Amino acid sequence: MRHLLDLEGVPAADLANMLDTAESMAEILNRPIKRVPTLRGKTLLLLFFEASTRTRHSFELACKVLGADSLALSAATSSTTKGESLLDTGRTAEALGVDGVVVRHSSSGAPHLLARHLRVGVINAGDGTHEHPTQGLLDLFTVRARKGRIAGLRVCIVGDVLHSRVARSAVHGFTRLGADVVLSGPPALMPPRGGSVPVEVEPDVDRALDGADVVMALRIQKERQEGGMFPSIAEYRARWGIDAARLARARPDAVLMHPGPVNEGVELAPELMTAPPSLIAAQVAAGVAVRMAVLYLLLGGVGG
Amino acid sequence: MPLIEKTRIMDADTLTRTLRRMAHEIVERNGGTEALWLVGIRRRGVPLAQRLAGFVAEFEGVRLPIGTLDITLYRDDLTLKADHPQVQKTEIPGDLTGKRIVLVDDVLYTGRTARAALDALMDLGRPAIIQLAVLVDRGHRELPIRADYVGKNVPTSKREVIEVRLQEIDGRDEVMIMGPDDASPSRELSGGGEAGSRGSGGRERSEAGPKPRPDGVSGEAGMDEAEGRAE
Repeated sequence: MRHLLDLEGVPAADLANMLDTAESMAEILNRPIKRVPTLRGKTLLLLFFEASTRTRHSFELACKVLGADSLALSAATSSTTKGESLLDTGRTAEALGVDGVVVRHSSSGAPHLLARHLRVGVINAGDGTHEHPTQGLLDLFTVRARKGRIAGLRVCIVGDVLHSRVARSAVHGFTRLGADVVLSGPPALMPPRGGSVPVEVEPDVDRALDGADVVMALRIQKERQEGGMFPSIAEYRARWGIDAARLARARPDAVLMHPGPVNEGVELAPELMTAPPSLIAAQVAAGVAVRMAVLYLLLGGVGG
Repeated sequence: MPLIEKTRIMDADTLTRTLRRMAHEIVERNGGTEALWLVGIRRRGVPLAQRLAGFVAEFEGVRLPIGTLDITLYRDDLTLKADHPQVQKTEIPGDLTGKRIVLVDDVLYTGRTARAALDALMDLGRPAIIQLAVLVDRGHRELPIRADYVGKNVPTSKREVIEVRLQEIDGRDEVMIMGPDDASPSRELSGGGEAGSRGSGGRERSEAGPKPRPDGVSGEAGMDEAEGRAE
């Protein structure tokens, strides 16, 4: 593996290998001394052109635990404000001798552009409305840790699926590993029918939740509402917001997920955040182990 | 170029007798079983540690705690390898601090695996003492490391490989010396273990062999090819 740009098209065996590796990494995070020397001497550049808390910090922590150095470049303080292009920034980083680049960008395909032109490994940390592969991996990891399997589970994803890179990576990952995925949300925010991945679309969330093992609520972005994609926050909450009564329609042992940050009281009722079915904290914790696994697989060998 | 079986240096009975003797030595040298833990180095050190614990239980009536150690993240040759060794779990049954740890592995060769295991253990706590038990010591150390308990000393050439086969992993108990078929010269001989698994012979790859990187081939492809040949 040289880059991690998307989960689409990644073979099931490779996904399983990443999850197994992440499981071994999770053990290190439970030790009194959370550090191994594996990537000593490697440097990772974190290029974040969009805001991020969880993703950036968990990449930084993953670097530290594996003994690598990380160099953070946020768009606001760098030469990008002087008009330096993405590619120039990447080439500069390469000239500085970094071993890999983690990039988040508002344009879909930005990491692919870097991967085509740089010699170092590129990890997509979220590109536009395309994919967020490490988030998809940590969702898979969290569900597998709790449920013991992915295959045969019914996964219900609720919200703005059309614009969600989290949903896109989750759909590819879960279906590849044999889960059934059903999407729900405002009809204008559902993906067009006839895509390459077999998913069910059920705009009525109460029906979509019926028999679900995994319920994943997505963050609603207010600018979509302003764009007329759905009528109002109040109506969204009434028709698609997940509360205890709605969650009861899923299986009794269903788990609840959200990529964060949560608009409490919009897509999720506040009391559900820390309720027993909630895996939201576990997702954040899994993020470090999963990113350690990806860094190891990308930078650990000759190719890195 | 495949290696062929040269000599069987232990059969199942010898292997069992050897482990039984080592179990006695471990208890004797440590003055009993107080705070004594066995830690097997993946992969074949793990069943060996379990068997040693079984013998100790037989004659001392005490079940020693057993840990398993994966040293992949502590290897010093990660950046020399094209493929990524699968990282397995390390499982230690509690706090190591103050314990008497016997590291168990199948083959002691360059000493690099033992070095990595020592680093891994130190990160998990501060044992009172760490000892090393190996089924076979084949020589050719590259680091100042020696074993406290040795099943059998076997002089080898670097062109040979010691293959330890255990019932739990390989379906039978025996220790073989593997070597090149002398009829045709071989290029990369320090690897060992059958396809799909990796014995210690393979893990402790000696750097003495010819560089497995043919000119004009990218490093990655060259290494892949060499790995395939060695295993």
